[in-house]
Amino acid sequence: NMAADSDKEGTDFVSFGTPLEPLDEDEPLKKPVPIYEQTVKDEKGRYQRFHGAFTGGFSAGYFNTVGSKEGWSPATFKSSRESKAENQKARGPEDFMDEEDFGEHGIAPSEITRSAEFQSGHKDAATAKARAVNAQSSLIPGDTLLEEIIAPAESSIGVELLKTMGWREGQGIGPRVKRKPKKQRPEEGPRVYGCSRPPAGSESSEEDDGEFAPQNVTFAPKDVTPFDFTPHLGLQGLGYRGLDPGLALGQSAEHINLFDPQLDIKTKLFGGKQKHTRHRGVAGQGFGVGAMEDEDEDIYQRDSMSKYDIEIKDEEPGDGLFGWTALRNSNKDASYIGKILEGFTLAQKTVIFPPPRLPRDYRPVRRFNPGTFVSHVSGVSPALAQPQTGGRHQLDSGQRRALIGEEALQGPSSVMDLLRPEDRERLRNIRHSRHGSSSSSRSSSSSLPPKKESGQTAAQTFKPFENNPEKQERYEQYLNCLKQGDTDALEESLDSEMTEWERSREREEFVRASILYRPSSSFLSSRFTRSKQQDDDDTVEVNRDEERDLDDKQTAVKMKMFGQLTRETFEWHPDKVLCKRFNVPDPFPGTSVVGLPKVKRDKFSVFNFLIVPESKETSGNGYFCLHWWAEIQIPRDETKHEIESTRTRRDEILT
Amino acid sequence: MSFPAPKPEGPQIPQHLLWTLDSQQGPVRAVRFNADGNYFLSCGADKSLKLWSASKGTLLKTYSGHGYEVLDADSSFDNSQICSCSSDKSVILWDVASGQVTRKLRGHAGVTFCVFNVVVVTPGSIDGTVRCWDVRSRRNEPIQILDEARDGISSLKVAQHELLTGSVDGRVRRYDLRMGQLHVDFLSSPITCVCFSADGQCTLSSSLDSTLRLLDKSSGEMLGEYKGHTMKGYKLDCCLSSKDTHVLSCSEDGHVYCWDLVEGSLSLKLPVGKAVVQSLSFHPSECRLLTAMEGRVQLWANEPETEETDTLVL
Repeated sequence: NMAADSDKEGTDFVSFGTPLEPLDEDEPLKKPVPIYEQTVKDEKGRYQRFHGAFTGGFSAGYFNTVGSKEGWSPATFKSSRESKAENQKARGPEDFMDEEDFGEHGIAPSEITRSAEFQSGHKDAATAKARAVNAQSSLIPGDTLLEEIIAPAESSIGVELLKTMGWREGQGIGPRVKRKPKKQRPEEGPRVYGCSRPPAGSESSEEDDGEFAPQNVTFAPKDVTPFDFTPHLGLQGLGYRGLDPGLALGQSAEHINLFDPQLDIKTKLFGGKQKHTRHRGVAGQGFGVGAMEDEDEDIYQRDSMSKYDIEIKDEEPGDGLFGWTALRNSNKDASYIGKILEGFTLAQKTVIFPPPRLPRDYRPVRRFNPGTFVSHVSGVSPALAQPQTGGRHQLDSGQRRALIGEEALQGPSSVMDLLRPEDRERLRNIRHSRHGSSSSSRSSSSSLPPKKESGQTAAQTFKPFENNPEKQERYEQYLNCLKQGDTDALEESLDSEMTEWERSREREEFVRASILYRPSSSFLSSRFTRSKQQDDDDTVEVNRDEERDLDDKQTAVKMKMFGQLTRETFEWHPDKVLCKRFNVPDPFPGTSVVGLPKVKRDKFSVFNFLIVPESKETSGNGYFCLHWWAEIQIPRDETKHEIESTRTRRDEILT
Repeated sequence: MSFPAPKPEGPQIPQHLLWTLDSQQGPVRAVRFNADGNYFLSCGADKSLKLWSASKGTLLKTYSGHGYEVLDADSSFDNSQICSCSSDKSVILWDVASGQVTRKLRGHAGVTFCVFNVVVVTPGSIDGTVRCWDVRSRRNEPIQILDEARDGISSLKVAQHELLTGSVDGRVRRYDLRMGQLHVDFLSSPITCVCFSADGQCTLSSSLDSTLRLLDKSSGEMLGEYKGHTMKGYKLDCCLSSKDTHVLSCSEDGHVYCWDLVEGSLSLKLPVGKAVVQSLSFHPSECRLLTAMEGRVQLWANEPETEETDTLVL
């Protein structure tokens, strides 16, 4: 898209920031700001001097002096001899400050703050600091006891403002509301015989109507009940109430006898409801209470002020939970009082889920009969019904498949099916031949594979040009020619029909393929070695050259015939710098090869296959090899040395 | 005026214990004399490297900075730098006087066992490579990596123009820089220590079949074989005496064995202690031997200390 919009160049681009000034090459470059011009000046143009801290601190005046540009005496000089009286007036420190000191970073910043009476709960920093300082110097350092004991009875400014606006303690805040006259309440509670208060509503409503006749009388809204949102931080569960300290510390009317096994002390202490109020002693109606009277709960119980009204007012409509927006215990089922947790309410709609459907032959009893239990359990394939021999670990995949009930995978069951018939034949032949041959033929075949066969097998195992059979034939021809040492291998195997470019491409590809896809015997021999035990018939042929050498050497060592048998000498190229450090002339100044050239590495890496055999045609194809080096991806090893040695390989090929 | 001809000295072997010191380093992994023999270094398992004076055995300086136990150390010829290698796969170059770490060379994939320092630091490592670092150039890459070994390198020595490595794959490799050749001698059992002879004609190598072999450098033939000690499991040091008269080796039975080089007979069995004698080092010129066993270092000399001042050291 960006390329497509290249014609609309100026319109689509957004520029940020200020562009640099266009540089004119002819003009001399502007020098940067010199040191003596890198100064800080205040708004009046005076040089700023920073003493001590970077911000704040005193200004040093005019070149560290009190004076000014006109001189040390101020322009307006008034003699104070005549005006002594004026000097009497107190001059606070503010008189000696300049506007810088009154500024933000000065020593006496002047800003607008709230005065003390208008302060809300947060004291400002100055008073807090003053209090802290005083606290340090008081009798008990750090404690502001006196202030806390004797605190002025002050109410905050908000309260004062509300009061002036007509608010009273206990009222809610908000616009005034009308109160509806009370409706008749349904009868509740037991029937009372004798004198009782008239039902609060029926008569008083009429009277109330009379009193509160004007409809446009509004009342202050009800105060919001503060709800204490204490998080449930414990781990005990909802509704758990700990030990009631009032009961535990002996403030109850009853003496808690800890030694009485009958008493259920726990429920008493934890405030739970007690089944029996009194176990011991004589209690109840027979003692201390008249026959006609109801038994009081507890005649020695202490009253609390919450049971009594403070004001003469009618009970307000609704419950006391004004402002409470959560669920309310509307359904006051007596049986549930005390059992419902705080904040919870009885559900309006109870949903009862049906019980689960059991299978027809479900028996809730587990019968473990190893022989026959399988048949009882439904859903298990009959394959499982037979008792397993050997346990579950001796199963093979087929048995497991039957147990699980899976289907067998589709597809060929053996790798042999995937191969083409001729490959299958070849493999079988190889296997048979290996069975029949002796060790000598094995070793000979490993080191010098017959030329044509190897070419054939090589081509068959690695068919780089499988898609193009003609090309593949040409490639095989090329390989054969290579083996026979023909220098014109490439030329011969080319197709005259192809264009020049195609021919060169094919040349390259053949060279690459021939190097990469080496005949299988030496290809694999350097990767594998013969195992000590004959595990399998399908092992790969192994190059025994190395092993033979080793055995020879070991026998030589045993016979203590060191020397030629045990010694090998290689040409080794030290690094130039290394020779310099050792103060030794470089033995091979020409080559840039480092390390052992032309030696087969034992490292199992790609470099085993990238060793070019000593043959003449590679020198001629050096050009193509170089191309290839640049293109192929060498798997990166951790050591950089691998990369270095690729360089050496390349160099060696070129030289 | 001609001085009387000095009496010919008999074969000098360090047989008298001059002093023992406790290096406080835990097991001492290696003791090495410096180039002139006045000081020696002890590499401890407590990750520290200590420099001692050889005459009295006084501790001069401690160098700490390795992450794991220090396995080998060597000093430069001008005594200004020490290099040490450790199980933390790094080689550290120290400044002797200040004790500061000059350089830390990383790059080995495994534990480094041996170091040698001329102007090139060449540690050999369990990963089978010898990396030569140039001390002067400040590059962090080694100049050359010698990785022909198929198994870990256990020992390394450097002479004027040759590098000698002994590897656990049973081969002694001698890299001749002047000729540009690598000679590989196969010894079949894993090699624990190699060293050059003073005349530069032979190499001595000890291997885990409890044998020391003296090989001729040019042909690779075995000139002498020394047996009798025990070296079956541990990498222990061996060395030649300063005048190539004797072959010395540590042993797992707590002795240092000393054979006559030419005859191959056991001349001396130094009772060092009960534990395995881990390391030894011969003085470059005098007949003194340092041995390390567990946490202690001992110095042995030809003659007991009291007579040292009288004899003329030639």
